Amino acid sequence: MNTIPDCSLKRLSRVSYDKVELKTGLEIHQQLDVGTKLFCDCPTIETDVAHTKILRRLRPTQSELGQIDPAALYEFKKKKFNVYLYNQTSACLVECDEEPPHPINMNAVKAAITVALALDSKVVRELHVMRKIVIDGSNTTGFQRTVLIALGGSLKVDGMDIPVQTISLEEDAARIIEEKENYRVFSLDRLGVPLVEIALAPTTVDPVTVERIALELGRLLRLTKLVARGLGTIRQDLNVSVHDFKPSEVKGVQRLDLIPKVIEYEAKRQDYLFKVSNELKAKGLTAEKAIGTYVDVTKLLEDVSSQIVKKALKEDKTIYAIKLVGFRGLLGREPFPDVRLGLELADVARAHGLGGVLHSDELPGYGISKEEVKRIERVLKVREDDGFYLVFASSDDEEALNAIRRRAIAFFEGPIPETRGPLADGRTKYSRPRPGAARMYPETDIPLIKVTDELINECMTRVPKPWIEVLNYYVTTYHLNEKLATQILDSNYLSLFEKACSETNLSPTFLAVSLTELIVSLTREGVDTSFLDDVRLLELFKLVDSGQVSKESVLDVMRYMCQNKVGSEAALKAMGIKAISEEVLRSIILRVIDSNIRLVEAQKERSFGALMGLVMREVRGKVDGKKVSTVLREEIKNRLESKR
Amino acid sequence: MFTKRLNQLLLYATRRILKDTSGYKGALKAFLEAHNIGAGDIVVVKTDKDEYKGTVIPRYEYASQDFLTLKLPNGYNIGVEFNKIRSIKLVEEHAPPAFAPQHLTAPKKGLPKAVIISTGGTIASRVDYRTGGVRPALSASDLLSVVPELGDIAQVDADLLFSIYSENMTFSHWSKLSERIYNYIKEGYNGVVVTHGTDTMGYAAAALSFALHKTPIPILLVGSQRSSDRPSSDAASNLIAAMVTSLKAPFSGVYVSMHEWVSDERISIHVGTKVRKLHTSRRDAFKSINTSPVAVYKDGELNVLRNDLPKRGVSDDFRIFPKFEEKVSLIKFYPGFDPSIIESLYQKGYKGLVLEGTGLGHVNKLTADSLKKLIRDGFIVCMTSQCIYGRVRLTVYDTGRDLLDAGVLPLEDMLPETAFVKLSWCLGNFEREEVSKMMRSNIANEYNSRLLLEEVE
Repeated sequence: MNTIPDCSLKRLSRVSYDKVELKTGLEIHQQLDVGTKLFCDCPTIETDVAHTKILRRLRPTQSELGQIDPAALYEFKKKKFNVYLYNQTSACLVECDEEPPHPINMNAVKAAITVALALDSKVVRELHVMRKIVIDGSNTTGFQRTVLIALGGSLKVDGMDIPVQTISLEEDAARIIEEKENYRVFSLDRLGVPLVEIALAPTTVDPVTVERIALELGRLLRLTKLVARGLGTIRQDLNVSVHDFKPSEVKGVQRLDLIPKVIEYEAKRQDYLFKVSNELKAKGLTAEKAIGTYVDVTKLLEDVSSQIVKKALKEDKTIYAIKLVGFRGLLGREPFPDVRLGLELADVARAHGLGGVLHSDELPGYGISKEEVKRIERVLKVREDDGFYLVFASSDDEEALNAIRRRAIAFFEGPIPETRGPLADGRTKYSRPRPGAARMYPETDIPLIKVTDELINECMTRVPKPWIEVLNYYVTTYHLNEKLATQILDSNYLSLFEKACSETNLSPTFLAVSLTELIVSLTREGVDTSFLDDVRLLELFKLVDSGQVSKESVLDVMRYMCQNKVGSEAALKAMGIKAISEEVLRSIILRVIDSNIRLVEAQKERSFGALMGLVMREVRGKVDGKKVSTVLREEIKNRLESKR
Repeated sequence: MFTKRLNQLLLYATRRILKDTSGYKGALKAFLEAHNIGAGDIVVVKTDKDEYKGTVIPRYEYASQDFLTLKLPNGYNIGVEFNKIRSIKLVEEHAPPAFAPQHLTAPKKGLPKAVIISTGGTIASRVDYRTGGVRPALSASDLLSVVPELGDIAQVDADLLFSIYSENMTFSHWSKLSERIYNYIKEGYNGVVVTHGTDTMGYAAAALSFALHKTPIPILLVGSQRSSDRPSSDAASNLIAAMVTSLKAPFSGVYVSMHEWVSDERISIHVGTKVRKLHTSRRDAFKSINTSPVAVYKDGELNVLRNDLPKRGVSDDFRIFPKFEEKVSLIKFYPGFDPSIIESLYQKGYKGLVLEGTGLGHVNKLTADSLKKLIRDGFIVCMTSQCIYGRVRLTVYDTGRDLLDAGVLPLEDMLPETAFVKLSWCLGNFEREEVSKMMRSNIANEYNSRLLLEEVE
């Protein structure tokens, strides 16, 4: 890769969010925990076994306004088919699109209205279920059923009022299992699970504050106790724009700490595209003049030694080249890591199933020699300032070729609206064009739903108290410190915590630490803690409560349970941890005192520290340390008194 | 000055007439009209507390009239409470939403000629704002624009014959349809596909099977269980299979083309007289009864499973018998059945009846006695079984023998619906004396003398 330095770009190395006029709109998708799915009576559980497989193809259709959605057309042109894994316990004919939807799950409607009321949003008084066209295969119907619940409102974060745009209730998509070149595999278990979607208005706050907003919104949702908890139950989408261009949407950011990174990358990428468009215009170029048409250059490269070319020719692919007037140096220029025009083109190619593109700033290279590049340049009539790119494509890749060329043309427009996906490091990758408004039409199988005053009043009683009040409640009721109270409230185990506090005599602090810090430390070790569900953990706590497990060995037992997928009792047996009765403990302590009698007589009560260490060496993990100290103090006292 | 004012008034008047307030009634309709607002217009609505901007959408006819439907700029529809509306302001006038078919590509020369005759049904349905349900509104040419692949198979003409749900089909529709098909084939079309609502497609397939005598090409009926305006519609794959079969299959006759299972993979071709809708909503609702499908279509290939069917080719005796007698009925017997139901049919001038008897073809004693009298008076009674699968046999039990003695015609393994259509057709086209014999002879593969066990994998 040739990176051509450009002094004028140095100033960009740190991006000023004010200067790029950054705006970010946050959308949160949170699964609801209301027992059954949104439009059928299936339970909301995940299943791994498939009883049967269904193969389907989706086609784009026109909306009620007579338009075909660009995103829908794009998916169809990729010619993918979909395989759906079906399990009888988690899906019925409705998910298979073999039966009309059942009436809407009113518990889900109530949950969404409750969330709306908590955000001071205006509830729509007659709900219309819509079909949002999504033909990436994640919905068997080819559309996602969605209903607008409320408009407006605001979320209070650190004294700021972040305006809410819309709150809607929708069905979750099928779970993607794998993606192959010409088909995708989905599991139907997650399809139809109710989701509440909260779209916040675009704000000019900095990326770190957006993370903070997402955290607060997540907290508010969890406080309703109507939402599902755990991995994959909440997803963030980010609509990022600069200089008042249309935003790109980064879909499916799962971790909060990724939010600032994604926004920063997008701000840099989009601002760079904006600057490039100005630069091109300043050169007096237009898209019509600058972007050529495809020329078949297969013949010119038939005898090259390049492995990439050889492979393409072996697959019967044609090599196309296109001239880009005035683009020399622009395609490979990289003002920030992974921000460059060449990558924009390659991403579009890859999204269409092609390997990518090779462009003039990285050639000669990849086994293509200087001489061969010259040959191509001669055919394309490329002059000194011009660039070009190469694509390897089959005869049915016409749409892919057009899409890459359209992307090149759009370099003249600045940042263009796209749907993008986040990568693990916070960069983003092109996935498809942004859908238009043409994608929504009414779900005629579901009658309109009237929202009565009674319904609103019922939901009003469930609106949770503000976070700070709830936090104070936990601090005072359970005598937790503020940090621990925050941790337990943010964790997935709040209900379990309350249950364990009421059903055992264990201290709330011990329970809160076990449920937050211990589990976090296991996760950091790389242990998959998803095995530790509420039932298994409560069982373990009851064993601690009855003295069969010491508090000190709880972490080890949890680790063993996760690694071996066994319950707490089985773990205890296998680990050979058997709690010691008080009687046995007392006899051990008496023995230790006997064999150290001179120390006890000399140091009196002060001998406790040394003896405690000796006893603990024998009983660690089998008896609670507090218990040991109590009994030891007793016995030291007894011995000293009997001496007197 | 005066003329200008008059012109303005005229313009206003015409506009008023053109405004579409469909679905709105009473006070809400009057409110919209008073503000000269109709479907498609962009408006700003103010309520006590809030303000909404959106497009006015026609109201479903059966929805409550307390709400105005607005489509917001984000695409969502909402209902705004009418009695909370304080003001409405027209922002931008627009035509009401309409379906815009894509441009058809010019037919490719050298391909065979085929026609799609549209009669309505889910396959040709779109969402309807009047009722809120789906409604047949897609013409055959719209359908063609939705399935452009058909243009690679044939030069396809489209003919919108009816636009009705199949439950609204009548005997005269079958007559018109068979005449239309006859004419197309006589004109030299190599493929004929009829799109039809699935609810009564089995009946129509039987009707065409009898009405079209010795056709030179196979005629395919095709439907869908998901409307064509849905991305997951089964219309396209069923339609493509139907077209390929009609153009290329080595057999002739009338057939139904529908999904074999719920995957969009294999399409079954069923004999028109032996096919029945067996599920209310699944894509594979249609099954061959007492026989197997004649062919399976997959990935552009038609795999023919039977070789005893009439051959495709020039027919020297291609004729139509397009008439149907309306005074026939189909009745299902049930415990406690009151035979006066049948007697009243006879008194109303009905000429014959197909019964769905129990088991091997039975009715109660009282009904059997009544039938005996009616048959003596010239009423035709045919027996099929409500078991759907299997053959009637009236010689096994006393009841059966009594019915045979009374003159009831046992129709072997014929489907009740096919028997009903056949009786109507026989009475419509032939002399009364011939009908009993015709009902008992195999005209369009409606009888299968060998019922087999299915293969177990």
